[in-house]
Amino acid sequence: MAAIHHPGHEHEHHGPPSGIMRWLTTTNHKDIGTLYLWFSFIMFLTGGVMALTIRSELFQPGLQIVEPEFFNQLTTLHGLIMVFGGIMPAFVGFANWQIPMMIGAPDMAFARMNNWSFWLLPPAALLLITSFLVPGGAAAAGWTLYPPLSTQMGMGMDMTIFAVHILGASSIMGSINIVTTILNMRAPGMTMMKMPLFVWTWLITAYLLLAVMPVLAGAVTMLLTDRQFGTNFFNAAGGGDPVMFQHIFWFFGHPEVYIMILPAFGIVSQVIPTFARKPLFGYSSMVYATASIAILSFIVWAHHMFTVGMPVTAQLFFMYATMLIAVPTAVKVFNWTATMWRGSMTFEAPMLFAIGFIFLFTIGGFSGIVLAVVPVDIVLQDTYYVVAHFHYVLVSGSLFAIFAGTYYWLPKWTGNMYDETLAKTHFWLSMIFFNVTFFVQHFLGLAGMPRRVPDYALQFADFNMISSIGAFGFGFSQLLFLYVILKCIRGGAKATDQVWDSADTLEWTLPSPPPYHSFETPPQVSFDEYHVKNVQNVHSK
Amino acid sequence: MNAAQPNLVMLKKLLIVAMVMFAFGYAMIPFYKKICEVAGLNNLLQPDTLVEETQQVDTSRLLTVELDANTRGLPWQFKSLQSSVRMHPGELVEVMYEIKNNSNREITGQAIPSYAPQLVSQYLKKLECFCFSKQVLKPYEVRQMPVQFLIESGFPADIKTVTISYTFFELSSDFASTDVSGETGEI
Ligand code: HEM
Ligand SMILES: [Cu+2]
Repeated sequence: MAAIHHPGHEHEHHGPPSGIMRWLTTTNHKDIGTLYLWFSFIMFLTGGVMALTIRSELFQPGLQIVEPEFFNQLTTLHGLIMVFGGIMPAFVGFANWQIPMMIGAPDMAFARMNNWSFWLLPPAALLLITSFLVPGGAAAAGWTLYPPLSTQMGMGMDMTIFAVHILGASSIMGSINIVTTILNMRAPGMTMMKMPLFVWTWLITAYLLLAVMPVLAGAVTMLLTDRQFGTNFFNAAGGGDPVMFQHIFWFFGHPEVYIMILPAFGIVSQVIPTFARKPLFGYSSMVYATASIAILSFIVWAHHMFTVGMPVTAQLFFMYATMLIAVPTAVKVFNWTATMWRGSMTFEAPMLFAIGFIFLFTIGGFSGIVLAVVPVDIVLQDTYYVVAHFHYVLVSGSLFAIFAGTYYWLPKWTGNMYDETLAKTHFWLSMIFFNVTFFVQHFLGLAGMPRRVPDYALQFADFNMISSIGAFGFGFSQLLFLYVILKCIRGGAKATDQVWDSADTLEWTLPSPPPYHSFETPPQVSFDEYHVKNVQNVHSK
Repeated sequence: MNAAQPNLVMLKKLLIVAMVMFAFGYAMIPFYKKICEVAGLNNLLQPDTLVEETQQVDTSRLLTVELDANTRGLPWQFKSLQSSVRMHPGELVEVMYEIKNNSNREITGQAIPSYAPQLVSQYLKKLECFCFSKQVLKPYEVRQMPVQFLIESGFPADIKTVTISYTFFELSSDFASTDVSGETGEI
């Protein structure tokens, strides 16, 4: 395993090699961060095209654009690609860029392994996408891959299972890297309780990943052996139990949804204090809240399966445990609000997205609590209400935080300011079209429209049409995001080192853009409350 | 590169965590089975016991119970001798099924029940059933097997017809040696 990268001791110029080989062989955390972010953006577009195809079909009742079988493949692959290709790699990209710079480390702990974790992703994505072309098409059992559907489908399912294995291996390697970097490579003076919250949330997320990705790998391995090697884990015919899969899957699945939101909490916890010009309110309660959310996330999985026929005592246990998670989550929301209270706030694009995040994520949290109530969930399970819930927490939650983080750190990464007007336009378009798309889905769900259907009864027509219009608006607004990023990479007003006047974590003490290798000699950090006060910044040129 | 040493130690520890969690995923299978057994859940293949006092026969109404029989992937003929029975809720009835092995090899099969509407499963009590154990049929052997059951008198009055269906599945040879009704699914 490659250890810490120490170039510059042997040779003078230590910029990157040029051309494609730079990206294939790079072990530099900044390059790898960039790769992760671009990969995730491409996956967002791919998953987005699928989503728009789905919404086109649902624009009107009746079947007009795609076959029902293909529709099911689209919903399945849309979910898998957005979760494993979009949201998760985006956060790993942030981790790669930011964690070493925020804790004063020269690079990630295992630079070579870092390269492998990234380069596993494109083959997995290719497997998923090309599975559309094999006989029988792509997996169509939903992103949750429930048997008996998933034990019956064609080879598209085997390709999906293999892709999930690869993605899992990548995530596990990535988490090992992140945990080791954070625990072992902090600059002197950076104690655990002085770490920026983004670093804390990623530390906890990495532990969650290590705990549950192997469980998912186990679950899909069981599917694979049931399909190909005659085992009967989930096969009722051989004495197995399909519901068992749901238990194992959701033991992974619920922590997984927190894997997708904790780094978002981290980003928002960096952005809000910067633009409110006040230190984060309740830093230590934020750390404890994140840890409690992570621990509780292991004992709530069955809220996804209230209708499988479990005893009432189990339903009650999982219902109360689920509601309990709302407590530390609310602590966070209150802390962010308290941070803004009486702050001298300005509303640049990162702040707009962070506030949009708080507002809409909280709506998603509330619909989650509604779904946690067993008798209500029995009615709403598998309806569009659930679809609305998880898009509020994942799109206006995780994705909005990704937007906020991108605008927040883009000037640092590129050395140029982005176009503020266009970025604000991107925010308002996203905000409006997001709500047009997903708010009405609550009503569809309450009225009984099932999810994962290509056709629906006439009474659902109007809301579906509104939702589809919103979806196209949201999708095209993201091209503006791409434009703003490209424009910022190519030029623009020069960013200062500090970029934002009250940004006070270590990365802002580096030049913008930061040198290819930063913090080769650890900086001396000292703190006054939660500010980095005095940094003898000894980075190389 | 002494700086790398603690990192490698950490790498090993974390890899062990990942491997333990992979094993944990598999360990969940027997663990859940045990929980279901202790909690008396998912008890399709074990005889029920009756609490005598609660079983009064409700002679005021009649239920039609349709009896369905299927095979899946094994060369057996499987049928019920009556296609349906009429019974009062709370009344104990016995029906007969017949299986025949149409092939010239010995085959082990296991029947899995399924009920419609699903609600029936809460009220259905089976005292005897061929599904409680695996069935081994010699070449061309024919066997008649009874099912003894009742539907509790609390069964909702608005449902007049219920279906009890059995499907026989072949047990692969490595499976045939285990007792399916107890320890299912672990290989
Ligand atoms: C207060 C916090 C939350 C509560 C109480 C909650 C509760 C629930 C419940 C009860 C369901 C099951 C609904 C059903 O299938 O009938 C559900 C589904 C879901 N939740 Fe949440 N949730 C919360 C936060 C989150 C967060 C933060 C995320 C992700 C970032 C998330 C993502 C999801 C997803 C993806 C599903 C649907 C999974 C599927 O069936 O495909 N939830 N939630
Ligand atoms: Cu959940």
